[in-house]
Amino acid sequence: MSNFLDRLTFFKRHKESFSNEHGVTVDEDRRWEDGYRSRWQHDKVVRSTHGVNCTGSCSWKIYVKNGLVTWETQQTDYPRTRPGLPNHEPRGCARGASFSWYIYSANRLKYPMVRRHLVELWRDAKKQHSDPVEAWASIVQDPKKAQSYKSRRGLGGFVRADWQEVQEIIAAANVYTARDYGPDRIIGFSPIPAMSMVSYAAGTRYLSLIGGVCMSFYDWYCDLPPASPQTWGEQTDVPESADWFNSTFLMMWGSNVPQTRTPDAHYMTEARYRGTKTVTVTPDYSEASKFGDIWLNPKQGTDSALAMAMGHVILKEWHVEGKSDYFDDYVRRYTDLPYLVLLDEENGNTVPGRFLRASDLADDLGEQDNADWKTISWDENSGSLVAPTGSIGFRWTETKGKWNLEQKTGDGRDIHLRLSHIDNSDEVTEVAFPYFGGGGNPHFSHTSHDPVQKRRVPIRTITLADGSSARVASVFDLMVANYGIDRGLGGDHVASSYDDDVPYTPAWQEAITGVPREKVITVAQQFAENAHKTHGKSMIIIGAAMNHWYHMDMNYRGVIKMLMMCGCVGVSGGGWAHYVGQEKLRPQTGWAPVAFAMDWHRPPRHMNSTSFFYNHTSQWRHETVKMDEILSPLVNADDWNGSMIDYNVRAERMGWLPSAPQLSRNPLQVAREAKQAGMEIKDYIVQSLRDGSLQFASEDPDNPANFPRNMFVWRSNLLGSSGKGHEYFLKYLLGTENGLQGKDLDSIPNAEKPEEVKWRDAATGKLDLLTTLDFRMSTTCMYSDIVLPTATWYEKHDMNTSDMHPFIHPLTAAVDPAWESRSDWDIYKGIAKKFSELCQGHLGEETDVTTLPHIHDTPAEMAQPKDVKDWKKGECEPIPGKTMPNMVPVERNYPETYNRFTALGPLMDNVGNGGKGITWKTNDEVEFLGDLNGRVTEDVSTKGRPKIRTAINACETILSLAPETNGHVAVRAWDALSVQTGREHAHLANSHEGETIRFNDIVAQPRKIISSPTWSGIESEKVSYNAGWTNINELIPWRTITGRQQFYQDHLWMRAFGETLCVYKPPIDMKTIDPIMNKKGNGNTEIVLNFITPHQKWGIHSTYTDNLLMLTLSRGGPIVWMSEKDAAKAGLEDNDWIEVFNVNGAITARAVVSQRVPEGMSMMYHAQEKIVNTPGSEITGNRGGIHNSVTRAVLKPTHMIGGYAQQSYFFNYHGTVGSNRDEFIVVRKMKNVDWMDEESGDAMRTEGA
Amino acid sequence: METYINQLIFGVGPYLAGTIFLLGSFLRYERGQYTWRAMSSQTLSNPPAFRWASIAFHVGILLLFFGHLFGLLTPTVVYTSVGLSPGAKQIMAMVAGGLFGLLCFVGLTYLVFRRLFNARVRANSSSMDTFIICLIYLQLITGLSTLFVSMDHLDGAVMLDLAHWAQGIVTFQAGAWQYIVDVHWIYKLHIFLGLLMFTAFPFSRLVHIWSWPVEYVARRYQIVRPQ
Repeated sequence: MSNFLDRLTFFKRHKESFSNEHGVTVDEDRRWEDGYRSRWQHDKVVRSTHGVNCTGSCSWKIYVKNGLVTWETQQTDYPRTRPGLPNHEPRGCARGASFSWYIYSANRLKYPMVRRHLVELWRDAKKQHSDPVEAWASIVQDPKKAQSYKSRRGLGGFVRADWQEVQEIIAAANVYTARDYGPDRIIGFSPIPAMSMVSYAAGTRYLSLIGGVCMSFYDWYCDLPPASPQTWGEQTDVPESADWFNSTFLMMWGSNVPQTRTPDAHYMTEARYRGTKTVTVTPDYSEASKFGDIWLNPKQGTDSALAMAMGHVILKEWHVEGKSDYFDDYVRRYTDLPYLVLLDEENGNTVPGRFLRASDLADDLGEQDNADWKTISWDENSGSLVAPTGSIGFRWTETKGKWNLEQKTGDGRDIHLRLSHIDNSDEVTEVAFPYFGGGGNPHFSHTSHDPVQKRRVPIRTITLADGSSARVASVFDLMVANYGIDRGLGGDHVASSYDDDVPYTPAWQEAITGVPREKVITVAQQFAENAHKTHGKSMIIIGAAMNHWYHMDMNYRGVIKMLMMCGCVGVSGGGWAHYVGQEKLRPQTGWAPVAFAMDWHRPPRHMNSTSFFYNHTSQWRHETVKMDEILSPLVNADDWNGSMIDYNVRAERMGWLPSAPQLSRNPLQVAREAKQAGMEIKDYIVQSLRDGSLQFASEDPDNPANFPRNMFVWRSNLLGSSGKGHEYFLKYLLGTENGLQGKDLDSIPNAEKPEEVKWRDAATGKLDLLTTLDFRMSTTCMYSDIVLPTATWYEKHDMNTSDMHPFIHPLTAAVDPAWESRSDWDIYKGIAKKFSELCQGHLGEETDVTTLPHIHDTPAEMAQPKDVKDWKKGECEPIPGKTMPNMVPVERNYPETYNRFTALGPLMDNVGNGGKGITWKTNDEVEFLGDLNGRVTEDVSTKGRPKIRTAINACETILSLAPETNGHVAVRAWDALSVQTGREHAHLANSHEGETIRFNDIVAQPRKIISSPTWSGIESEKVSYNAGWTNINELIPWRTITGRQQFYQDHLWMRAFGETLCVYKPPIDMKTIDPIMNKKGNGNTEIVLNFITPHQKWGIHSTYTDNLLMLTLSRGGPIVWMSEKDAAKAGLEDNDWIEVFNVNGAITARAVVSQRVPEGMSMMYHAQEKIVNTPGSEITGNRGGIHNSVTRAVLKPTHMIGGYAQQSYFFNYHGTVGSNRDEFIVVRKMKNVDWMDEESGDAMRTEGA
Repeated sequence: METYINQLIFGVGPYLAGTIFLLGSFLRYERGQYTWRAMSSQTLSNPPAFRWASIAFHVGILLLFFGHLFGLLTPTVVYTSVGLSPGAKQIMAMVAGGLFGLLCFVGLTYLVFRRLFNARVRANSSSMDTFIICLIYLQLITGLSTLFVSMDHLDGAVMLDLAHWAQGIVTFQAGAWQYIVDVHWIYKLHIFLGLLMFTAFPFSRLVHIWSWPVEYVARRYQIVRPQ
């Protein structure tokens, strides 16, 4: 009744003692306990997850109390696995458990924000111009006005605005840019749809409707392993984590499983309890190292040397000595080892050339259809040359049904392919192989072996179609020679013993990696022996670490070769388990039409971000890596001139890579010109390109006509996390304060300038408008002009999938978006609406024209057989879709943008749906979606179409259209594939035909997806998901030139850069140290270290790095790890403030001095955000940068190859990647730690005047 | 006017302060159970010096409190009847009060310094926390200052005036305030601050004084409650 009166009833208080007066029972009021009890009471629990690129994809319970999200715990209701396999749950980690902090934190974005200087200009301009588009034009056309707000990016100074106003600014800017410069000058960057696919689709749907450009991410992040498309024609396909448990020999190679795959790590430890042997390969003593029965610690960046040495052991003991029937059969059927390669003469050497094709042989060997694309092997049954089915030529023929791995010829004869010709060779010839281990980065050990390694290979002589004779060798024989194995053929450069110092023996690698040869031999022997006994259950888990080196392909191919030699790929419990980025968007083919508005227009504009940013942030103007540093010693360097950007420009104009902005004029204008000229658009463009009146925009990137002008960033922290060459972004793209120390090629005497690109004075501040959507004030937001507050992961409806488990599960709105935030779907819908209003009078129905590269999984991937010819050099005719990009007109209706955004378009009925080279009709689903979502009833152009108004509408559309979530579609998709393979596959989905997954189903419980031909593994009660399973078990070819897994890469450029077979290539020299070391001294010792940026423990990329709970658990600000020895050299102690710098820029951080790190290496966890505890730099005078302030992107020509089977472009699939680990830095102790939090006289800095 | 102010502060003031003190404490206890606590900052900063200072302060101030209680409210006849003259009692009070005051002063000086200049403690302090510690500090300083004035008149007369005032107040004598109209201003300031402290008491962390855990001394090892 009353707390006080209760206290006064002293004499009435009942007391009863017990236990010999040690205890007492009292009847005091217990209501105070309710306070503690209600602490854990809640009003509801809602299922959601974290849309963060960690691959975890964990289902969480979100607790809501009094309308506020209070905390989250792990869901434990996953469908259970089959008997004998541990369950998935509980999934989650400390990072996810701390997410709810963000929602009500000071970091939360609550209102739309605009840079003050911009909004003042805007409000003034609106007074002058009644039309918002003209108002925008009046600002950006005035260089002084434009500079006044662009130069303040990153300096704060945001003011609140209302939604109406920001939508108007953005829409006006978009209309103006599309009208005056072209829609392809409007670009959008958002990564990893799998983490919140509807939020991703919101922005890309808007961009695709107006003709804007969707930027890739997987390749830019350097998480795309180019070795995967090279080997399998597949972006990345990997086992689910449950399949680790099925492995009996598990290697963790550069993957810190417990730290970065926390929710999955239990499968690894459970496998160990079951007796699986584990081997860890990491240069540092990582969390994963302690799980290894054996720990190998090669010098960072030399993994391919280690892998080559292991491959040497495996190949010698198991293949050359022929000990395993399983291995032998596997490589004959499923790899290109039996295929024949032409030998060429080059610079006096005999070198491996391209694959022999049917068209090289008399009468095309009876395979006239696509004879250029049918690869040849030797059949032991008939003793003759054959063109086995399954090669890419069989995929795109008129007569379907022979694209399979049945070990037959096109006319149905059974074949048994010959691996080696050592016993029936016509002669033994010395073939030259390149060796790169003698040069490269001076900070790594090199060996003095001859750059040209001549080794004896058994060859066959054959007669070609023109009657001439040619020498051929099998890939197997070439590969054995490449590994330096002595087969008794004599000659130099081969090893008969592991102790011979010949590339690539275990003895040879010691000098490079520092790993004792005995350990290498032991691991290789056990790896192979296990695979032999278990038929392939040796697995290698691999992470970003090795893929972030410039020569990542070599690291990866070295490892992949071990797996292929041992028959591990496509086998449950075996294979290549590369986990970097949540790339597996399970319902991909249902999602793509929604995301890229392919229900209204095809094709969408896609761009590979690495080439784009390299070009438009002017990193090419600072390029120091020259071709002769990376070319094969077997080619004549004079034939391979030009700089890195030149190769990219050539690749774009030959149709290998996409380009954006695309042409040097507004594509709407180009289409109008063609109409005026009375010509087909295609012809007009070809003619204009040929006579030089039109160019590709990338040939003149500093011309204002070719600037990317508007940019959207959402679900991403581009400038705080993934922007390699951060300071270049700031200087050139944004035009603001930056810490760039280096000078461009203009200032370097005798520097060779690009040939294909016009050199002008550097353009700065290319972007007119940078709009970022986020729920927190990230580094990217700090540099934006407009910041839009989005719903957090607990405030919106969306969907989430991962490669780590087979479930699809939702994000759902536990509460409404707080303050004025809105979901991404609603934000873009609002912009689309405003755009539709403002474009009236400026843009109506327009013909747009897009340039389309030769796309993988379409017939265009057979564009350029055998040779490379550049039409611009007159080597061939410019033919769109063949020798140059295709030119595809697209009819847009700009005022209908909003109506089209919110309705499912007619192309789904008329053209259908599909993916990965197969198509199917989807009319039933469109009809169904009309019933489910409702149809548009208003009297607009989209009347009667199924609605996609809400995020849930969008989810239902994806779920209905995708084979993975709609059994009817799955069966139809498998049937479509059967047409190509001539084999029945629908049995994989028949039992699920009636199964349809709806949004409410996944809200109730995560649902396992249905097997689909989009993926190479299956969902089954008998096997875990594993990549390549359907290739092996359903005989579906890999999407490569031979249809098999490729050991050999035969494209001309692969030969030129010495990567036909895997070799060891040391890290490259970025030359970023000498120009600055000891030039700007502060009195402290400067040391040089390699700069490694692994994924972190306290964050996932930059999310959580600014979370107070995570900051409290870690050191609470930017840190760089280094070894005790290096710290002693620099006079450093743990926790000292250090500066980390090179010509690219500077970082300020605290030193973590630890035995974990080997000498010569430093580690800065990826994406630590410069908004938390970052003091000023003594080098730049500005605040210290992010980890990418000391990096610069550098391209690799072999990644640009296109129109060539597996080496054909597809979005996020193939293309240049943004490597960054070859970078070196100077480290020194800081003298003055300046927090720059004082009032400074510099008005710019404090955003005053 | 001066008379009126004297009456207001020393005649009415104690009843106002006392009412706020008692009623305020009651209401706080009723309505703010979760705020009824000492709000210790010991977890934020806990060096040995702090622990010594805290003990010194608490011991000192408790002894001062009880010294005042007995010194002011014990009727004169009680100690004269055992042969203790007012002068001797004054000297006893001065010596004891001086020693306890000094102990308290040393501890409190550290605590004030810590409250104001330790970043973690400072950041965690409400303005009432800072106000109350400064008030106690000022009260302690004025109390110690009275020692120097008292040196000038060791006959105990002023002490008796103060005691009569205090006894008059607690026994509801209407003219009690007149006893101290003519005492030195430093005594008046000390009393005024004391009244202020009683007034602020229910609004501050001082409420923890009500709940000092005497019963812990004799408590059972285990205390349970029925459902």
